[in-house]
Amino acid sequence: MSHEAVIGIETHVELKTHSKMFCGCSAEFGAEPNTHTCPVCLGLPGSLPVPNEQAIDWIIAIGLALNSTIEHRSVFHRKNYFYADMPKNYQISQFDIPICSNGHLVVDVDGQQARIGVTRVHMEEDTGKSTHMGGDGRIQSADYTLLDFNRAGVPLVEIVSEPDLRSPAQARAYVQELRDIVATLDVSDVKLEEGSMRFDANISLRPEGTDTLGVKVEVKNMNSFRSLERALSFEIERQQLVLDQGGQVLQETRHWDEAAGVTHSMRSKEESSDYRYFTEPDLVPIEISDEWRERIQTGLPELPSQRRSRYVAMGVDPVTAATIVGGGLGEILEAAVGDGGPARTVSNWLVGEVTAYLRREGSSIEATPLTGEALAELAALVESGDLSSSAAKPVLEGVLNGEGTPKEVAVVRDLLAMKDTGALETIVDEILAYHPEEAARLREGDMKVLGYLMGLVMRATGGKADPKLANEMLRTRL
Amino acid sequence: MPIDIDIAYVARLARIDLSGEELARFGSQLGVILEHAARVQDLPTENVPPTAHPLSMTNSFRPDEVRPSLDRSVVLEQAPSSEDGYFRVPPALET
Amino acid sequence: MGSLTDLTIRAAAEALRAGQISAIGLLEAVLGQASRTEAELHGYLTIDREGARTAAEAADAAFYRGDDRGLLQGIPLAVKDNMVTDGVETTAGSQVLSGYFPPYDATAVARLRTAGAVVVGKANLDEFAMGSSTENSSYGPTRNPWNTDRVPGGSSGGSATAVAAGSALGALGSDTGGSIRQPASLCGVVGMKPTYGLVSRYGLIAFASSLDQIGPIARTVDDAVTILETIAGHDPLDATSYRGPVPAFRSDIEHGVEGVRVGVVRELSGEGIDAEVLAAFERTLDTLRGAGADVVEVSLPSTSYALSCYYLIAPAECSANLARFDGVRYGNRVDGGTVEEMMGRTRRAGFGPEVTRRVLLGTYALSAGYYDAFYGQAQRVRTLVGRDFASAYERVDVLVSPTSPTTAFELGARTQDPLSMYMSDICTIPSNLSGEPSISVPVGLDGEGLPIGFQVMAPALGEPILFRVAAEIERMAGFEPLPSEKVGS
Repeated sequence: MSHEAVIGIETHVELKTHSKMFCGCSAEFGAEPNTHTCPVCLGLPGSLPVPNEQAIDWIIAIGLALNSTIEHRSVFHRKNYFYADMPKNYQISQFDIPICSNGHLVVDVDGQQARIGVTRVHMEEDTGKSTHMGGDGRIQSADYTLLDFNRAGVPLVEIVSEPDLRSPAQARAYVQELRDIVATLDVSDVKLEEGSMRFDANISLRPEGTDTLGVKVEVKNMNSFRSLERALSFEIERQQLVLDQGGQVLQETRHWDEAAGVTHSMRSKEESSDYRYFTEPDLVPIEISDEWRERIQTGLPELPSQRRSRYVAMGVDPVTAATIVGGGLGEILEAAVGDGGPARTVSNWLVGEVTAYLRREGSSIEATPLTGEALAELAALVESGDLSSSAAKPVLEGVLNGEGTPKEVAVVRDLLAMKDTGALETIVDEILAYHPEEAARLREGDMKVLGYLMGLVMRATGGKADPKLANEMLRTRL
Repeated sequence: MPIDIDIAYVARLARIDLSGEELARFGSQLGVILEHAARVQDLPTENVPPTAHPLSMTNSFRPDEVRPSLDRSVVLEQAPSSEDGYFRVPPALET
Repeated sequence: MGSLTDLTIRAAAEALRAGQISAIGLLEAVLGQASRTEAELHGYLTIDREGARTAAEAADAAFYRGDDRGLLQGIPLAVKDNMVTDGVETTAGSQVLSGYFPPYDATAVARLRTAGAVVVGKANLDEFAMGSSTENSSYGPTRNPWNTDRVPGGSSGGSATAVAAGSALGALGSDTGGSIRQPASLCGVVGMKPTYGLVSRYGLIAFASSLDQIGPIARTVDDAVTILETIAGHDPLDATSYRGPVPAFRSDIEHGVEGVRVGVVRELSGEGIDAEVLAAFERTLDTLRGAGADVVEVSLPSTSYALSCYYLIAPAECSANLARFDGVRYGNRVDGGTVEEMMGRTRRAGFGPEVTRRVLLGTYALSAGYYDAFYGQAQRVRTLVGRDFASAYERVDVLVSPTSPTTAFELGARTQDPLSMYMSDICTIPSNLSGEPSISVPVGLDGEGLPIGFQVMAPALGEPILFRVAAEIERMAGFEPLPSEKVGS
């Protein structure tokens, strides 16, 4: 029987406010342990939470960017459970009235678009960090645990998708789009490696064409987009195998092991957690007026989907447009186009040579001297024939290295195209003369030898000959 | 009638390690108290909203400003066990 | 003048400014009284001699300079030990916080200090403010200065005792179900619970967050107002703190009760109230009538359910508020092989029986399957209580009842039966549920010489009318406080 995967993703995003959600401690990442703590975020007796207004503005922005309904009157709840990294042994969160609900975003996988529902976006606080010591660093074999509460109380936005995802690739596209949206809003660093964006997935299989949901497995510990995709692929296989053998998939939480490429079952709890949610009595309700909501709405920047559409309208290929927007190269593209550069050509350079360079050097576009103006100039040089299209790449690298403008680099590196057709004719004639056998073969219509002769011409001209022209000359001056 | 409750489950939820004798004692005491407290169910409350705040306050916020944190030495002074700037606890059984 | 420790705050303030006494002298008199009586009364858990002396010296220096920060400057006060005090041990009456030294002051305490008050020490209380007799303190009970075989009431028993005994000229207490008013009533002093949100809860070790309020305990209504004026007002560190203008507490205090409409709460003034308490209550009503008040009976039917309602809401909130006491970051840890074991043992060893009962009860009332019938229903009944008060206040200006159904009972009399102990609060609980202000004023003694208290309640932010009526009752009652020299005999 053929099964389809039903996937939902729960994403947590740490907001990059200056201070924590409920107290004035710095929310900055990377400080010495327990140096950003106070009575509130340590849960000392007598302390009280006061919400960070900026965080509320920003969660409304996230909700609006995800096309959500913004609640007029929302409240906080206490989610009660005991854990050493929870200073109060309850987390201030939201239960039945989240600030945002009923949203969606569109993902594109290989040209196939799908609308993915976002059930809710709610506000909560992050916990402290546990480091398990002794053993192999995993919780099951630890000798003791060290706790750092710097992260406790950092504002956390939870984004829950509907189980609308149908493939690991789609799931990956979803979290990438989510990341790009949040990055565009500039409300979070969304750095997976720092934990400012985290996700868990729920996956179940059901017979294709049916409606009912299968047994749901929760998968945790996926620390990159790639591991999300791999983990879900593994789970589909694993669950399919169980079902094929006539077994039942166990409802459980599984832990992704990146090194081994498998999921492990986590110790199953005796009883599922009873969080005893009740309205947080230390906080008062949040009333979001139409005016407040509209102020945030008008302040939203152009979102990735809007930007991609705009680039496509400029003539950029859709997949390239997505890479440009995702890679933060939109600004320089637009600058180049503004200076007269052709969108298609420039965008291809950006996702090709420029991206490869940045990856190699571990750099960012802002750190290089490349400007939109330079890209436009480069395009003009190729357009005018002063530079062959193959010479454009080393020139671009030269500009990225700080060797100067495209023109300067071309001159210094002697890459300017040979414009003198007379000189080229001479070279072509010489080569034909020095290689009579090949010339004869060419005369007979052997096109393969043309490539060989072309290579000779290019070598003789130091790569500066216009390939098209050289090709034409070889054939006509036989 | 005193109400019968699963006191062992409640004690686990509340993370209090009670002995069997204590569980029995508290269980029966709670049953009596709950019976009395359950009287609230006698009052009809359809369409009566729960009380949120006696003065109907809303939107109590603070600006996103950093304030000085406690000195770590002060923070760890009251810690029952600490190591290298961290709080130290025995290992966890559950994840 | 008599003993310095018999002075009201106002009289002491006048004497300080007249140069008749010094703050140090006043403090030494108070400390002397404490030394004499504490062994028997045990009103204090900690007396901070050094800190108090420093504050008294600073007050004297300020007077000398001509700096006058208000009536509380140089006045020795006690602070209930569930309010954190920077660098001074704070236990909440519990073993789980034995040896805990907070790194900050509660806002109310900080405001007292800024006003130049002298914090003498930390007063005994029922553990985590849960109780009505201070017998639930894990550090031993406090005894009533009027009769040391009797309880002082609770949970602010230590604060009330200190004031009644002259070991402080005033005190801060906290009130969740009557914990300021009931001990004030049993100890023959004034105790007042402000409108919810008027006094910051920042630094008050939380019991039931939506009910807790800090308030003053003093010898006179006037003194209680003085303390309240100093601690009330918006605090940005408390999100439930009232942001509007603080009422002018004293504005009507001299106006008498002519034409004031007084509502006697039927459900709280008959069945279940001691005969002598009722008699004193009726006598006070007569004096009110005589002074021109319009006294009528009103019915608040939901108040019969207030006790049940309270014993679901308060434990539910406390079960979450006390979850932080797990031995991880502070407090008395009991070790275990795993962190779960450590937490479980720490809490078992650290919490007394009443606290354990309430945490378990609250956990149950919130648990899956029971939330709606218990906690959810209680919050809806709470709204009904509020509505009853609101409609009553359309017809009357204040509501009255006895503060406590009985006078001070004997130590040990109710400790075996939790429900009987809870019944001490039937008159005080309703105004905690409604979040409205109320005050207890001593109006007489019973046949055994034990104080009887009279409770006045007012609408939210109605402190001016509350104090106005209370002050008149006090004037007419002419209650004789316990002379300091008689304490501890």
